[in-house]
Amino acid sequence: MSLKLKALLKSPWVFHLSTGSCNNCDIEILDCLTPRFDIERFGMILAGSIKHADVLLVTGSCNRQSVTRMKRLYEQAPKPCLVVAIGECAMSRGMFMQSYNCPVPLDKIIPVDAYIPGCPPKPEAIIAGAVKLIEKLKGNA
Amino acid sequence: MIYLLYFILYGFFLTAVIGLVASWIDRKVTARVQYRVGPPVLQPLIDIVKLLGKETLVPRGASKAAFLGAPLFGLASVMLVSTILWMNNINTQNTFLGDLIVVLYVLTIPSISIIMGGFASSNPLASIGASREMKLVLSYELPFVLAVLVPVIHSGFSIRIGSLLTYQASNGVFAGSLSGALALIVAILCVQAKLALVPFDMPEAETEIAGGVLIEYSGTPLAVYKLMKNMLLFVLPFFLMIIFMGGLRTDGIHLLYGVLKYVGLVAIITVIRNTNPRVRIDQAVRFFWGPVTILAIIAVILAFKGL
Repeated sequence: MSLKLKALLKSPWVFHLSTGSCNNCDIEILDCLTPRFDIERFGMILAGSIKHADVLLVTGSCNRQSVTRMKRLYEQAPKPCLVVAIGECAMSRGMFMQSYNCPVPLDKIIPVDAYIPGCPPKPEAIIAGAVKLIEKLKGNA
Repeated sequence: MIYLLYFILYGFFLTAVIGLVASWIDRKVTARVQYRVGPPVLQPLIDIVKLLGKETLVPRGASKAAFLGAPLFGLASVMLVSTILWMNNINTQNTFLGDLIVVLYVLTIPSISIIMGGFASSNPLASIGASREMKLVLSYELPFVLAVLVPVIHSGFSIRIGSLLTYQASNGVFAGSLSGALALIVAILCVQAKLALVPFDMPEAETEIAGGVLIEYSGTPLAVYKLMKNMLLFVLPFFLMIIFMGGLRTDGIHLLYGVLKYVGLVAIITVIRNTNPRVRIDQAVRFFWGPVTILAIIAVILAFKGL
């Protein structure tokens, strides 16, 4: 495994993007930073700017208004950048499946590296998903 | 030739290593204060290696030379300051007239490089951050210079760092006197603002202006800025140690005292950072020009009286 990828896996800074979610998943993401779960143990920090981010955590059902902004944010992120879909809405649009406002799911718009199901997923599930993502990248390299 | 060796070996490598360790201590203590576990020892180094491997983006409309040059100016000035400080600390004869003034001036350049980078990135939030940094520089420079004046008065108006050290080695440290202690308190508050740590982190308030001056930086320039900040976390407390506490002596038990002095200063800075909320920029300017400047002036008057 190259040094570049090794360092990336040891300090993935996450950026948190809501594409029209009900805020439950966003609150669960913030729970991961609290003393009980403490993801800074693994070197993860919540980045304020997309230019600092290595992992894009997307929540919500990708409605028409937020899709253009999400594409722009994905293009602005310095590569290599990973995308994680968090929650039912980001995976398959959940209860908004038939909605006029949510035409396609997230992975038809930008490439997604990991899916974390749940409505909302528990912080334990988010951390387990992050571990699976890291294992997957280690296996690929 | 020997100066180049000092520049590379002490100015860069040793300072960077101690700065990275200090940054880890800072993050670990923060985590422990918040009942968390905290990052592993190598985390600051891993962050920088990772950022070096990322893509560097220059925003459209930005001035490319100023945007990419600003971090290098900052890093070079920090290296220069740490070289001068190490040279004085290793051999007190290795000094020149007015190097205290040079150090004071060059210590402002990291802030100026941040202002330059912020304005060059053509981002409105970065401009807000840069203008806040500028106001912060204006507010803390006056009390900081007044505080540095106290050791100068005590040592009989000497502006060589080397002779400040030799004076302290024979007559006891300046922090032991009343005026020296007051000046040290003022200087620690100014260092907190120079490092842009909470409560004076308005220039890069993450929750408010999303990273502020560093918002458009990615990849290598961001790594250089992070390294510069980590090195400043060593250089500024080291400067305070030299002018107020007799520096870092390497003979016998004094080495242990030196390390304890440094760790104590970093711990004070970390505890201030963890027990305070962020203040607004106008509150910070009022704080530095009001109570802190008055305290510094009292310290200077006491120093003239010989206390």
